[in-house]
Order: sequence, then C-alpha cells, then structure tokens
Amino acid sequence: MSIWDRMFNFDNYGELLQLLQNSIIAGALLGLIGGLIGVFVMMRDLTFAVHGISELSFAGASFALLVGFNVVIGSILGSLIAALVIGVLGVRARERSSIIGVLMPFGLGLGVLFLALYPGRSANKFGLLTGQIVAVDDPQLLWMLGVSVVVLAALAIMWRPLMFATVDPDIAAARGVPVRALSPIFMIVLGLTVAMAVQVVGALLVLALLVTPAAAAMRVSASALWVPVMSVVFGTVSVVGGILIALGGSLPISPYVTTISFAIYVICRIAGNRRMRRGWVPRRRLPVNQDAANQDAGKQDAGKQQNGRTTPVETGVVRPS
Amino acid sequence: MSATVTGGVVTTPDHVGPGAAATQVPAVRTRGAALAFGDRLLWEGLDLDIPPGQFVAILGSNGSGKTSLLKVLLGEQPLTHGQAWIGGEPVRRGSTAVGYVPQRIAIDEGTMLKARDLVRMGLDGHRWGFPFGSGRSRQAVRSGIDELLASVGADGFGDAPVSMLSGGELQRVRIAAALASDPSILLCDEPLAALDLRHQQEVAALLDRRRRQHGTAVLFVTHDINAVLDYVDQVLYLAAGQFRLGPPSEVLTSTSLSELYGAPVDVLHAQGRVIVVASNDPSTVYHLSEDDNCAVDHGQPDFRELEP
Repeated sequence: MSIWDRMFNFDNYGELLQLLQNSIIAGALLGLIGGLIGVFVMMRDLTFAVHGISELSFAGASFALLVGFNVVIGSILGSLIAALVIGVLGVRARERSSIIGVLMPFGLGLGVLFLALYPGRSANKFGLLTGQIVAVDDPQLLWMLGVSVVVLAALAIMWRPLMFATVDPDIAAARGVPVRALSPIFMIVLGLTVAMAVQVVGALLVLALLVTPAAAAMRVSASALWVPVMSVVFGTVSVVGGILIALGGSLPISPYVTTISFAIYVICRIAGNRRMRRGWVPRRRLPVNQDAANQDAGKQDAGKQQNGRTTPVETGVVRPS
Repeated sequence: MSATVTGGVVTTPDHVGPGAAATQVPAVRTRGAALAFGDRLLWEGLDLDIPPGQFVAILGSNGSGKTSLLKVLLGEQPLTHGQAWIGGEPVRRGSTAVGYVPQRIAIDEGTMLKARDLVRMGLDGHRWGFPFGSGRSRQAVRSGIDELLASVGADGFGDAPVSMLSGGELQRVRIAAALASDPSILLCDEPLAALDLRHQQEVAALLDRRRRQHGTAVLFVTHDINAVLDYVDQVLYLAAGQFRLGPPSEVLTSTSLSELYGAPVDVLHAQGRVIVVASNDPSTVYHLSEDDNCAVDHGQPDFRELEP
C-alpha cells in the first residue's frame, strides 16, 4: 500500500461508519465543550496549563489502564489533581508557568512508565497519547455524555460572572462576583474537559481542540455571541471531520484533526488580518468635541479612520482634515 | 443652575427642587466612621452627609485611606467603628446602587471583547444563569446600552474591541459600564490619572453632566483637584489620621491644611488653579499628580502617547 492509500482509505466506508458511531458522537461532544471552554482558556491565559493538565490526565489514564481500572475515571482523576494543583499554587502567571513546567514532565514520565508496563495491545497504548479511532466503547461514551452535561451546566450557570471576573476582576469583585472562588471552580471544569479530550485525541493534542478553535474564532470576531459559536463549530468540524477522513486508514486520527484545526486557524488569521487592516469596525464621524477624542485611536491602522476635522490638540499638533 | 458654593450651601442638581433637599435620603451617610489597620489609624469620627447629585472630591496624600474609603462604600472593607449607609440602606457588597470606576486600566491586551459588551457587563455581568431573553427585552437592553454609550461620547466605537481603544476612550467606556445599573452613587478612584488634559476635561465634564441630570452623587478620589475644581461641591481631605470636610474654599486654605498636616503648608491659587506646597521646601509638591502613570504635570512626555 502506498502512503496515500494508508492515509486516505475509503473502502467499506459505510460499514466502518456504523461501527464508529460512538467515536463520532464523542467527537461532536468534545467539539462542543472544547470549543466553549477554549474561549475561557484563551482569555484566562491557560494554554500552557491545559497542556500540563493533559499530561497528568494521561498519567492517570495509563495507570488505570495498567491496573485494569476504568480509563475514563483514571483520566478524570489525573486531570482534577493537576487542575487543582495548578489552580491553587499558581495564581500568578509566571508562577503558574514554572509549576506547570515542573509537573508536566513528571506526569508524562509516569504515564510512559505505566504504558511500558502494560502488557496489552500497542494500539491501545499509543492511543492515549495520540488518539485512536476505536477508542470509545459504550460505557466510555456514557461517561463522556455525563461529563459533557456537567461541563455544559456549569458553563451555562457561570458564563457571565466568569467572563466578568476574567476581563475586569476589580469591578467584578466590586459587584459581588466571587472572583477568587471562581478560579478553582473553572479549573475543575477545565480538568473534566481535558480528561474527555484525552480519550479522543490523546494527551499530546488536546490543545488542538481546546485552544486552536477558540484562538481562530478570536481572530475574526470580538462578539460575545459569535466567538463561542464559531469556536464550537471549528472544534466540531475539526474532530468529526478528522474522524470521518481517518476512518478507513489504520493511522491515529490526531494528525487529521490537528491539520483541519490548523487550517481553519490559518484561514481565520488571514481573514482577521484583512479586517484589522481595514480598522476592524468603521468608526462613525462624530461632531467636533467627540471627534477630537477619537483622533488618538492611534492603535489602529489607518484604514477607515473617521478623523476629519482640524482640531488643535494641546501638544500643538494640528491634524489635517 | 450654576455651580455656586457659598458658605455651607451646596449645589443641588437640576431636577431636584430647592425644597426637596431637606427631605431627601442622603446618597451617602456615615456616622462616627473610623478605619484602622492594626495600629495604623486612617481616619475616625467621619460624619458624611452627601445629598444626591453632589460632587465630592476626596484628596489626600498616598496611604491616607482614600481608596480604603471607597472600599468601605463598596462593601469590600468593613469599618472599624461607626456605620455607613447608601441611599438609606446599610452598605453591602455588590450593590447595584454603587457604580465604580477603579484606578488602573487593567484590561488585558489580548482581550477580544467589544466596548458595548464591557458596558453590558456593568448591567448584568454579575448575574448567574443563562441569559434567556426574548427578542423584545434584548432589543430594549441593546438600545439602553446605545444610549449609555452615546451619553459618554463612546457611540462611535461601541463595537470596537476594548484592546483597540485608547486610554481616554477606554476610561469613558468604563464610566458607561459603571453607570449601566443606574447607580445612585458613582465612586471614582483617580479616573483621570492616565489621561491627557483634553480627556481629563471631557471626562470631568461628563461626570458633572451625569450628576446634574440624574442626581448621581459622585465621589471622586484624586491627587489633583484642578481638573474638577469647577464642579466640586465638597472636599474631603484626608491626612495624618485626620480629615477636613467642607467646600473647597474652606478646606483648601493654608491654615486648614497646615493644621491637618501639622506642618507648614502653603495653598497657592494661580489662574483659578490650586496648588498645595510644603512651606519649608517650595520644590516639594504634595498635590500635583504623583501617580506614576501621569507625568503630564511634571512636564515630561506622557509615555503612553508614545505607545504604538
């Protein structure tokens, strides 16, 4: 078989599709919650933390595999421990980075040890790191459904206060939002999502589902509605698309997922740059006193700036109309 | 109505009749309020009576307890002694009757959030649960926010991400966010510190307009009273564990402040501006903005304007 045939094989597609229903459903769920959580991961600067949590989740999952325990539970436990440690110890960004940098290789090492000790099929082993097609059986799917419901409920309840606490902690605290308490709560919800992602795309590539879709969405929009929506769409398309393409082959699904995810990001980035060059939003021409105030929007590129009038500014610079 | 302050009589805002002042519930009221951190006493015996629509400037040296007073009114800091009420109700945490414009502009560079969404958060950002809104109420909220943005002169950039706004624009958006819940008092912690003179004037005028039209009492913590001197009804000056309270003409005098600091202090008036200087050493200035974000008064270039 040529490389191409190994990568893209659509023999018996219909049958395979039937068999892998569970994976596709799991993938869709992951796209949904990963896309939503990803918005907060980007805004709270937790990209590195996600990677750290996924390594420890992997350690938990491989330990569970070794001792014959439920892999999903192992994955969740590893995730939660990591999430809480990072959330509690690493409140400041720099501290957080160093804690993650320390925890991560330890977790990965443990996971590698447990995998090496595992006497079973190598396909199973590899899957925890890089994701595999035939990973999701019915009990696992039920677990994932349960976790998804919990994550969605938690996000639905705390979306606004969490967004407030993330963007403007001072004012949020003044309004009675429990800014400090929300941090560990969010880390728990994040940990649950990561644990799920490890099952489908493997520990090394969780970022492709938790970070890339949200990052892509934020390149093209600032809307509080459309960013999460697009993030979910991008994430789901990446996972489900990746699974559908990888079905026939014998290779892990993650390269397909990450490539689609990356391609979406690149397109969004190009589109976003175009929009940025045009000034992002047209600014309306306003009467004199407010116009002068808009003149110092020097952060934006020239594009469609609506500065028009000649208004002396106290530094003595006169801007021509 | 013009802003006249004579003796102890203070300005009442446009929509409040002259007779109403006596029967109104004060916007802010404290009795015997004292605040101390361990051994360090910030102020005590503070009896404030701030009617709706009054503009109060809170001045004082660093560490004199200005920000702490705001925290008390926000319900975040309990008083050591005494009590405080806002609009007749005891002070509590997270009250929507209090609008707050904090000191530092702390919004992260990478935040992709529209200006109007920041204002929206001032309205219901603290509420739990999914925002289920039917088309009509959503429309009402949206037009409410549009009005608010227009009132602070921010309607030209309501849809722009906050990371793309300049300092002056962002500050106006924050004020709109603080006003979103239609508060009865507005607490401002050095809101003009990072702005150039034109924007200082605009923001100050905007606050004055608001308190006249809506009767919102404004408590304005600042290092430099000059930007708002025209609008100020009362000055609360905190220093050395004591305070002075009264109209600017009474509080900002050499005798009054020398007494307060326990050291010779000169209050100079030049072209309608007030400068507070320690007598012994004329180069020591107590009042021109020592805030390290605002280098304007020292004649140095404002480094924020040089940012790309």
